[in-house]
Order: sequence, then structure tokens, then C-alpha cells
Amino acid sequence: MSAVETSERIGSTEARTTNGALDILGSIYSRTLTNRNVRIKDRKLRANIKRTDQKYKDAIRAAKSTELLLQEDAGFLEAEGMEKTYKFTQDELLKHVDVTTAHKGFELKLEHFGPYEIDYMRNGRKLLLGGRKGHVAAFDFREGTLDTELHLNETIRDVKYLHNDQYFAVAQKKYVYIYDKSGTEIHCLKKHIEVTNMEFLPYHFLLATVGNAGWLKYQDVSTGEQVCEFRTKMGPTTSMTQNPYNAIIHLGHTNGTVSLWAPNTSTSLVRILSHKGPVRAISVDRGGRYMATAGADAQLKIWDVRMYKEVHAYYTPTPPTALDISDRGLLAVSWGPHVTIWKDAFRTKQKSPYMTHLNPGSIVNDIRFCPFDDVLGFGHDEGFTSLIVPGAGEPNFDALEINPYQTLQQRREAEVHGLLNKLKPEMIALDPNFIGNVDPRAPEERKQALVLETTDETDKKISNADAKLQPKAKMRGKNSALRRYLRKKSKNVIDERKLRVEAALEKEKRMRQNSLKRRKGLPVDERKLGPALARFGKSQ
Amino acid sequence: MKVKTLSRSSDVYLPARNCEVSRLPRNLDPDLHPFERAREYTRALNATKLERVFAAPFVGQLGNGHIDGVYCIARHTRRLNSAASGSGDGVIKYWDLSSKEEVASFTAHRGIVKGLAVTLDGNLLSCGMDNTVKLWDVMETDHSGGPSKTFLGSSGFTGIDHHRSNPIFVTSSNAVQLWDENRSKPTADLSWGADNVNTVRFNQTEQSIIASTGSDRSIVIHDIRSKAPVQKLVTLMRTNAVCWNPIEAFNFAAANEDHNVYLYDMRYLTRSLNVYKDHVSAVMDVDFSPTGQELVTGSYDKTLRIYRVNEGHSRDIYHTKRMQRIFCVRFTMDARYIMSGSDEGNIRVWRAEAAARSNVKSARERSKLEYEATLKERYKNMPEIRRISRHRHLPKPIKTASETKRIELASIKRKEENMRRRSKKGTMPYAKEREKQIIGVAIREVENKV
Repeated sequence: MSAVETSERIGSTEARTTNGALDILGSIYSRTLTNRNVRIKDRKLRANIKRTDQKYKDAIRAAKSTELLLQEDAGFLEAEGMEKTYKFTQDELLKHVDVTTAHKGFELKLEHFGPYEIDYMRNGRKLLLGGRKGHVAAFDFREGTLDTELHLNETIRDVKYLHNDQYFAVAQKKYVYIYDKSGTEIHCLKKHIEVTNMEFLPYHFLLATVGNAGWLKYQDVSTGEQVCEFRTKMGPTTSMTQNPYNAIIHLGHTNGTVSLWAPNTSTSLVRILSHKGPVRAISVDRGGRYMATAGADAQLKIWDVRMYKEVHAYYTPTPPTALDISDRGLLAVSWGPHVTIWKDAFRTKQKSPYMTHLNPGSIVNDIRFCPFDDVLGFGHDEGFTSLIVPGAGEPNFDALEINPYQTLQQRREAEVHGLLNKLKPEMIALDPNFIGNVDPRAPEERKQALVLETTDETDKKISNADAKLQPKAKMRGKNSALRRYLRKKSKNVIDERKLRVEAALEKEKRMRQNSLKRRKGLPVDERKLGPALARFGKSQ
Repeated sequence: MKVKTLSRSSDVYLPARNCEVSRLPRNLDPDLHPFERAREYTRALNATKLERVFAAPFVGQLGNGHIDGVYCIARHTRRLNSAASGSGDGVIKYWDLSSKEEVASFTAHRGIVKGLAVTLDGNLLSCGMDNTVKLWDVMETDHSGGPSKTFLGSSGFTGIDHHRSNPIFVTSSNAVQLWDENRSKPTADLSWGADNVNTVRFNQTEQSIIASTGSDRSIVIHDIRSKAPVQKLVTLMRTNAVCWNPIEAFNFAAANEDHNVYLYDMRYLTRSLNVYKDHVSAVMDVDFSPTGQELVTGSYDKTLRIYRVNEGHSRDIYHTKRMQRIFCVRFTMDARYIMSGSDEGNIRVWRAEAAARSNVKSARERSKLEYEATLKERYKNMPEIRRISRHRHLPKPIKTASETKRIELASIKRKEENMRRRSKKGTMPYAKEREKQIIGVAIREVENKV
């Protein structure tokens, strides 16, 4: 990757300067720094931090220098003279590319079982097809070898590969089923009912599903336990995607909102009103910076997910059906039988698309870029088509993370390591780097917040579980002498005694409330000043 | 039209033959490595758990031990796998540490053997309460003919140590005496004050310096160049043992009767550099690791603790059901093992790092261990990791004793605070924890003989 591209990605011109310090801080390898302006008194700590800083800078420099070792360059498509890139058809492209690439552009005619849902495996080797009328096929599309082919005779709404090609999940008419590579049914997830969309979080081993009933459910596929389930309370969910940067699930609803979910919060973290009509498709880019949403109002909107602000809006002639963003930021959108691909559509508003494709007579249903390759696959009414899209895929993979060329041994090892380093569902948050951060609040404040949180929760639990066992706050002493005096006294007469009585009653009430709070372990509002001095203090 | 597409050749990435290793290209772009923090933390947590799982500090005991309690251990200074021990019945044993077997065993003294030291040519000096210092040839296994040399003193010896590079040794008895190996009488008397001197240690780096501890609760620094004591430090309670830091030559640790070990700078004795707390009974012996980074203590509470030099609390505690009061502890010369001699007569060998193993490791294994060590260091303050890494099983007496001690100390502190609150401001200043134990320091004027 060249330096220019790098700097464009992080949106800083400083990376291009020759100044060493700026170069380091503006590098894609740099992390957020702590406040270095604070003067540290402790000499040992100061020296320690200085040493850590130096290590950090060295690490960035070392990481930057490994760019020399990257082997592949990204693909591209450029027009010459009067040509326009969006005018090139696949047939023209195929004439200009090498044989291996040309093999990747193909078409499968499966007229009887469509429309098709598709999913690529994380390393881009395998492809999973699911036809609405019950046809499932898993195969290596480069080699042309079939793993399994099933006819389930049941409606299929979504298909998803799990952590490797050994297992995949299929959302069928009623339940979600998990099959292995040879097509054997392994599990039936009976708690996931009428699921329409599924997402798999590979680092957490969580399968997230959502259906027409609007329940978002997380299933841990390594232990088989359901982690949590949330009612979205927004009716049928029309689209779903995950943010690969922080594993937050984005749901699109019929009322045009997009909601963001994490397993440790029972309500949505963020809600964005994005469209006037159902949200048909959502996609988030690899770095978790931009989100694209497509609505039934024929709008395609680009959002900055860090600020939750709309950046640009594009439109499609008819309502879009599916959407995907590639590793290198190409945006593919399908509307009717058309597929349009936009390049650099996030940072600047583009006037014309990068590529277009027409799939005559068959409406596109699902669209995905193949990871680590210049291939876009889409499932439609009459089968599956694979397009060549130069410049879509990440050219340089990291073999220790996701390896398209992994051997059997490496696959097994990766599975074991993945399970050992499985992340807890609680680690999912909008900022994935919150772990290990120091809470800047004062200790008392932090404790107070914790107490409030826990008491709230326990209170809720108690009230839900055994409300009858809770002691009732009975209204005792209704008929005290003071009260009787007040009652008997005509209301509009205010004299000294009445004021005194009112004050005494007020004091009693406060003491009662305080004792109740003390019993619950809540903070008590005690007046520090006595009755004599209180009048000089702040008025309550 | 200009077009280029990704088309990787599998020949580049896949091994041509089965015996070849496949290439693993890396790309350090953070976008390809999401959840960096969470994954590192998870790894650190797993590594911490595994460390506790693999913690097996006890290696074994040497042979069948002694019949009486073990009161002194000497490690060979030039051979890694040799050590000698002396017991209460006057028996000395040589040990081969690699096989954990006894090499020789003989009665050296009448009564207790109080000290052992290794000479320049690798032979063994022993001293006992029978007023003798004896020199033994370690190459011989049969000592029925007696020692190769005997030095006679006027009273029972309590400790001995040898000079690093000259044939000189120093003994403690009712006086601190300097001896030449080739003479039968002591060459100098270095004592200052004390009726009884408990231990004596040569500084192995600053070789002319000696530290001794006396029964008058004193630590005395002597210099053999002026053949006189130089400084004296008197503490609240008696010091049982001293040990010089082999790397920082001017620092020494003193194991005190008040459950603590103190680190002193010999140039500035008016305050200690560090206080090592945690024991619940008198500390009987202390020894520095040859790296100078750690120290091990053996205590009367039947436990052994390992401290990092710049921390105040122990990083580990070792104990077994059958181990009695510990009277001597020594690191081995490679800093990987610890020997402890206790009252019931066994010499136990422990790992200095409980979870470390000494087998030859592949480069991959080593880099993994290093990576995990860095991760553990980075996330050590996270609550879960800290809890797991600090958790130790303690014998019930130790647990209750430390709890009682904590309550007692808190109560003393509270009472003091009450008194301070009710007395005139400034009349009750806070006593510094590092100076509390010091009563006074005296410096001896050396008369210049020109």
C-alpha cells in the first residue's frame, strides 16, 4: 500500500510530510495517545512512561517498515480517452484479464429454487448459497469442488458460514439449523424462531439472529448457550449487519430507523432515523468508519458511524434491495436487476458510479464482495452470478489472522487458538478499546454510580421475582395529633403554630424517607447543618 | 482500458512439497486485526491462569536430608551443581544438585555446625560451637582421616565467610576475627562492642567490606584494609542474617527479628532503602539472587518468601505441610532454584519462578513465553488478572496470624492517630516506616597511621 493511499484513509495530510514525529503520529499503525502534557512528579514513573513512549514509537516505525514486504498490489480499472469505467461490461473485462481471474467470473443458473441468499467464508475460499425454496449448496468456487448440496424442502431465509468452512447456519421456515461441511444436520436452534437475518461474530463465536417478531438473539456457538435476547420493539427487522470494527449489530427496521445493539445492553445503544420507509439493507466498512443504508424510499445514504451523521445521499431509480462494502471501500448496491458499484463514495460525493451491471430479467436478492479477491457475487431470482470488480479486495492478507491458503493443520490450529482467545460478549462496546482504560471519575463518584446501578438492578429483580415478599410502605400514623390539628384548622389561616406543625411534619417525612433509603442501601440526603444554621446555608 | 485484478498464484503461498513450511505473509494494518485490546487482554488473562495452573514450585529434597535440623547451607561458587549443608549434630553433607543425591557425609564438629564457606580452590571451611574452624577437601568423599586443616579459636564460632579473591576468611564468635588460610592464629580482630556476633558476610563485589550482626541488635560494617570496624547501626530488634546485593555492591539486606527484612545502603545507614514485609514471624535468613533483582527469605513461620528488590511485598510464598522452621535459604548460582534448610532436617529445592520449567525450549516456545510475559506485565493491574495472579493458598496458621497481625497493627495505628489528634500539633510527628526500626548510627573515626 502506498503512502498516499494510507494518508487518504486516515484523512490526514501530515502522513505525507517528511517530518519523522508527525509521520509516526499520523500513521495508520498509531494508537490513541494519553495526555502527555501532564507533568508527572514521580521520577520513576516519568522515566517509565518515557521508555514506553519510545517503545511505542519504535513499534510504529517497525510496523511501517514492514510495508516494504507486502507482496501484492491492489487491482484497478482505468478508462482511457473517452471511455467511462461504468460503461465496461463484464464481457469486455474478461477479455482483458488473465485466465485465473476470468474463471472467477461465472454464472450459475438455478431457476427453480431462487431467489438466492449467499455468503462467502471469511477467507474468501468457500461460497454458500441458499435458495428460498430449499436449496443449499456449499462449494469452493475457484476449484469448482462441491462440499455439500442439500434440498431441505422448506423456506430458507438466510445462510451463514460460522468460524470456518466446517459449519454453516441456515435460517429455515421455523428454526435455525446448523449443518456441517458434509451436510449433516448438527443442531436445531429451537429458540430462534422465524429468523430472517443472521450475522456471525467470529471473534466472539456469537451467532446473532433476528426475525419478523423483532427479537434479537445471540447464541454462543462454541458452548451452545444462548447469551441473551432482546426485544427490539420496532416490529419486523428488515435488514441486519455487523460492524466488523466493534462487533456491534446494526438492525434496520420498517419504520426507517437503524438501531445499534450490543449483548450487554438491553436497549439499543443508538437509534438513527435514516429513511422514510423500511431500511432495506445496511453495510458497514471494514474499519468501522462509514455505514451505508438503503431504504425503500430509493435513497442510498452514507453515514459517519463515529459521529452518527449523514455524509452523503445517493439515489437509485428503484428501491435498492441489497448492499455491500468491500475491503477496500467499494460500495455495491443492487436495485431490481441492476448492480451499481461506487468507488470512493464515502469521503467525496461521486457523480458517476465505478461499474454497473445488468442482470436481465432477474431481480437481485443478495450481494456480497468476496474477501481478499476482486470478485462480487450476487444471488438473484434465477441463480448466482459472480462479477469481476478490479480493486475490490484486500491484496495482502495476514496469514496469522485470516489465511486464504490455509492448510488442514493450520485450520485446526486456528480453530483452537480462536476458541482459546474467544472474546466475552461483555467486551462488545461502541469503543472496542475501552478495556484497560482508566476511569477518570473520582473514586467516590465511581462507587456511587456502581451502587446506584446495582441497587437499581436488584430492586428490579426483587420487584419482578417476589413482589409480595417486599415489605409494603404502609401509611402509618395517618391520624397523628399534628395532622389532626392541621386538618381541623381552616386552610386559609396561617399562624405561627401552623407553620411549626408543618415544619415538624416535613421533618418526620424526611426522616422516614431517609430510613427507607438506608434500608435499601441508597445514598441519603442528610442536611449537614443543624436547624439553627440551616437558614444560612444554601436553600434546598 | 487499463485493468489489473488480484490474481495470486497459489505456488507462491502453498508449499511445493509436504516437507516444506508454508509461507505466512503478514500485514500489520490494524483494520485486519480488530479487537486488539480485547484479544490482548484475553490472552493476558489466559496466560495468567496458565501460570497459576503450572505453578509447581517444589522440585524435591536432597537425598534423605540430615538427621538433625539443617542450620547452614553453602553453595559452591565455581560449580553450579554442588552444595554443602551442616546440621545440628555436627554432620556435614556434600550434595550433587543435578541428581539430588548425597556425595559425602561426615561428622565434622562436636555439636552444631554454625557456618560453611567455600574457599578459592573450591574446598569447604566449616565452623562449629566446638571452638574450631576446619578445612575440608571436597574432592575426597572419605573424611575419616579428619580435616586437612584445623583452626582453633577461643570460643564457639557462630558464622564464617570467605574472601572473594584472597585466601582470607572471617569468623564470628565473641569477636569478629580475620584469618589467613596459611596461618593458625587470627590476623586481626575487627570487633566493635558486641558480646556475641551472630553472623558475618563478606561483600563479594566490594571485596574488603564485611558486614556482621551482633546480639546487641547491631549491624557493623568492617573494612579489612584498615582492619577496623567502620560503622555501626543499632536497630530495635536483633538482626538474624545479612546478605550483600551482588550487583549493587553498597546495598545489603538484613533479616530482622521483627518479621521484616530491611534493605540498607552502607553509605547512608540512617534510613533503609526498602522494607520487605509479609512474614508473620522472625526472618531467619535472607539471600540475594545472583541477578540482584530478587531476594529470598526463610522465616520462623515455616514459610519461604520471594521478594522483588524494589517492591515491599512478596511476589510468592512457598510452604509445605512438613516443612518446619526455616533456618537457611540460598539461591543457586544460576538464580533458577532455591535451597532451603529447615528444622526437621530436610533440604528442599524450589524453583525461583514457580511456573518456569528448565527444559530446552524451541524458539517459538520462547517467543511465546516472552510475549505472554509482556502481556501479563501490561495488563497486570486489571482487576481479574491481579486477583488471579496474586492468589495463593496459605496454611491456616499463617492466614490467621497475618490477619491478627493486620488487626493489631491497625489498632496501634488507630490509637496513635487518636493520641496525635488530641495532642498539640507537631508534637507527635509521623514516624517514617523506613526509619522506624533504627535506633542510632555510629561512625568510627579511623586514626591515620602515616
